[in-house]
Formats: sequence, C-alpha cells, structure tokens
Amino acid sequence: MEVETEMSIKASAQARDNLKRLYGLDKPLHVQYLEWLNRFVKLDFGTSFVDGKTVTDKIKERIPVTLKINIISLFFIFIIAIPIGVISAVKQYTFFDKVVTLFVFLGFSMPTFWLALIMMIVFGVSLGWLPIAGIQSIDISGMSFFGRIVDQAKHLIMPICLSAFTGLAALSRYSRSSMLEVIRQDYIRTARAKGLKESEVIFRHAVRNALLPIVTILGLSVPGLIGGSVIFETIFAIPGMGQLFYSSTMSRDYPTIMGILVIGAILTLLGNLIADISYALVDPRIRVR
Amino acid sequence: MVKIFWNRFRNNPLSVTGLVIILILAMVALFAPFIAPYRPTAINVYNVLSPPDGAHLFGTDELGRDVLSRMIWGSRASLKVGFIAVGIAITIGTILGSVAGFYGGIIDSLVMRFVDIMLAFPVLFLILAVIAIVEPSISTIMIIIGLTGWMDVARLVRAEFLSLKERDFVWSARAIGASDLRIIFRHIIPNALAPVFVAATFGIAGAILTESSLSFLGLGVQPPDPSWGNILTSGKDNITVAWWLSLFPGLAILVTVLSYNLVGEGLRDALDPRLWQHEK
Repeated sequence: MEVETEMSIKASAQARDNLKRLYGLDKPLHVQYLEWLNRFVKLDFGTSFVDGKTVTDKIKERIPVTLKINIISLFFIFIIAIPIGVISAVKQYTFFDKVVTLFVFLGFSMPTFWLALIMMIVFGVSLGWLPIAGIQSIDISGMSFFGRIVDQAKHLIMPICLSAFTGLAALSRYSRSSMLEVIRQDYIRTARAKGLKESEVIFRHAVRNALLPIVTILGLSVPGLIGGSVIFETIFAIPGMGQLFYSSTMSRDYPTIMGILVIGAILTLLGNLIADISYALVDPRIRVR
Repeated sequence: MVKIFWNRFRNNPLSVTGLVIILILAMVALFAPFIAPYRPTAINVYNVLSPPDGAHLFGTDELGRDVLSRMIWGSRASLKVGFIAVGIAITIGTILGSVAGFYGGIIDSLVMRFVDIMLAFPVLFLILAVIAIVEPSISTIMIIIGLTGWMDVARLVRAEFLSLKERDFVWSARAIGASDLRIIFRHIIPNALAPVFVAATFGIAGAILTESSLSFLGLGVQPPDPSWGNILTSGKDNITVAWWLSLFPGLAILVTVLSYNLVGEGLRDALDPRLWQHEK
C-alpha cells in the first residue's frame, strides 16, 4: 500500500516518513514478509484499521456464532443426508430415488442467497413467522430462559437450513453412490446367500462399509461451510466471522482480512487433517504399524 | 462416433430439455438489444418499485428500470463470465494435466501437489481477498474464477494421458520422430478431450453461480451494468416491498445453472465408455 494515497496532499515529507516507519513500510519487501510471518505465527494479527480493536479480539467475538451455526448445520446434514442416500441406493430407480435425484440437482444448481431471500419473503415478510435479521430480538432481556432459547432458535433456523442445503445435496449423492458400490460387492452377495435377513444385510454389513468414505467428507466440507457463511451471514445480518470478512473486504481493513484468511486456512487444514485421520481410524484395512 | 454420442444423449429427456434451454438463453443473450422492451439503464423515477403489470412484465426496480430488460441484458454478463472463465480454466488445466500425465515422475508429483494445494483453499474466501486488493469488475471475476477452477480439468486430462500414452498411435508417432510437444498437442490431446467437455459444462454452471454470488455481494458486475446477481442486491435491499426483484432473477439463475448441470450429466452418460456394452 502506498502511503501517499492514505494521507492528505498537504502532509509534509517528514510526516510521510514517520508513517512509513511506523508501519514498517520502509523496509525491503522480504523483511516485511518475514516480520509479518513472525507475528502471525504467534497469532498476533495486529489492529484493525476500522475501529482500532485488535484483530484477535474482533475475531474472537465473532467465531462462536459462526461455529454454532456451522456445527448444527453439519449435524443436520449428516443425520438427514446419509439415510436419504442409503435408502435411495437400496431402492434404486424407484420414485423415491428419482425425487431424491431431482432434489440433489436442484441443490447443486441453487443460488443459496436467492433461496435465502425467498425464504425471508415467505417466512419473514408474508407469514411473519420468523425474524429476518440478527441473532436475537431487542427485548430478549425481558424474556424467560425458555423464551430466549425459542427466540434464538427462531433467528437461527433459516440460516441453518440454508447452510445445510447445498451440503445435503452433495452428501446425499455421495452416500448414494458409495452405498451403490458397496451393494454390488461380493461380500454382500455372500451375506444374502448365507440366508441373512435383507435388513441385516443392509444395516449390519452394507451401511457400515458405505460410511467409510463419508467420514472424510466431514472434514472436506469445512472450506465450503466457511465460504457459505459469508453469504448467508451477510444476508441475515448475523454477526459472525463470515460477515466480518465481508465488511472488512468492503472497508479494505487489511489486517482483519489477513487474520480471517489465516484462521480460515487453519480451519481448512484442520478439516483435512481430521478427514485423513478419521478415515485411517474407521477403515480397518488401513493400519499404521 | 459423434452420431453415436448424439443418439445416446437424445435418449435422456432431461438433458435434452437442458440443452434447449441453453440454446434459448444463448439466443436471448445474443439478440438482447432487439428483444428487450426497454433500455436496461432507462431510469424512470415516476415508476419506482412497481409490481409486475402489463407494461413491465417483471416489475421495476428502485430506479424505475424495467426488470425484464435488465435480466435480458444480464444474461450476457452471466454467459460471458461462464464461457471465458471456463475457457481460462480449461486451458490451464489441459496444459498442466497433459504435462503431468505425459512426463510422469517428479513433474507429475509436483503438479499434483500444486493441484492439492489449490483444492484445499476455500474458494470464496480467496476470491474475496483478491477483490479486496483489486478493483472489482467483470473482468476481475472472470480471471479469478478461471484461475481457481482448473483443478478438476487437470486431474481428468492427466488420467486420460496416463492411459493414452501407452497406446499404439503414440508409439508410432514417436517412431517417426515426432517431438514431445507435437505428440501431446496433435495426437493425445484430441483424444483426451471427451471428459473435458463434461467438466467444462459443469464448470460453466459453477461459474455462473459464483458470478451471481459475487455480483450479489457487490463484488462482481458493477451497477448500473445489469447482472442477475446485482438485481438480487436490490431485491435484498427492498425485500419487504418488492418481492419481484428477488424472485425472477434468482429463478433465471436457477434454471440456467440447472440446465447446464443437466446437459453435463447427459454428456457424461453419453460419453461414458462403460455404458457401451448396452449398445445394440
């Protein structure tokens, strides 16, 4: 960043030099990079340009909401998509399967921010059932404990549904094809030949094996969720990390942008690591001696 | 060969529907100046935020501009971004994939590691970060979607190369002294292109979706240039009073992306060699 564009034209050359030295901009580029790296490894992300708070503080106050929404939606994705995929594979080509396939296609093709708007219009504006912004109502302090929980649920239900939507489509499809592959295996045929009940064949043998690759999906879907948060947090005015990233981008608050990018990268890598490790744990064929 | 693919493609009614829609859309985009009832930037403050009626089939936006006309012109933005971004992605992906597949060894490992690194990025984050530095515009997002979308193509091309490079026609080409470059480009690549077409179709679907998300956030096509995404921005801002601003552009995006995805599926099924044993 050139200091010249940040200051008024009348600033003296001395003032410019002082500012450059303050931000360390007078040092050569690789030195600047190393200093930045040094600080970032210690998680010192500097201070925000926008309000002077440390970036770490800003991120810390935003992360819980984002994590809450993403974890809950991951949970729903799992308990809904896996059974759908499995049943769809077992009843291949039936009406159920065709409906599911159609739904999956819609899920891939849907602009989620549009679905968000439509849901807001239907549930928020027309029917008035759900609030369309924020995470709590203004009069929350006047509510009972139970009332607060309901209030939070009402605010979060649409974001969670949207966050889960694309993931649902992807995971149903994936679990369906994984299940289809497993069903064709010889050991399933053996189980049937042994005379086992069909339900035992499916649930005790097929599903377990089909689940193996799905565990990796858990870790690999983290980047997608992080990216998705940006959009629906902005739409629903939810004060989470995604929305912070968006507003920092708009206000060119570079320290915050960099801080969130690093956190996002760390979370992505963590997700990948979890995926790898859990695959090794779950698959009995892979054992490190 | 092409005849067989076309016949198989034709048997899939959903894919054919998708193809028809894509062709209609291409026509709409091409003939936009002749089809659109109003100019997309024609401001009319007497008719702000009016619901759909006889004069304005899709209503007007907050500046009185006709939504239908803006959507017709907006299709150009979506298709431009789709095709150019995918064009960039295919070029990069094909080159990297063919080099990795052809030479193998350490070059292959390096390229594939690079692919893994790129795949690990949360793409939207990356795009937003780049846009924070560069001025947002339609060209920026075209390039950046292209630069972040080549990985699938690279993998596919590499896989094709791995199987194709041991074939007889490659041996013969080498025997007559053809250079590596020539073998790659004149001989192997034409045979490796089938899965690339499939990936390209899906890529266009994805690019249109990404472009509309970015334009929606204000980081893509800049107003007053129309894009389905940025009409939706007005939709969000006026959500309590103008449902038509939200419904129609999003529906257009959904139908378009769905059509490309359906065509991609149809292409994939038509080109899948494993299904050939069912041919009469």
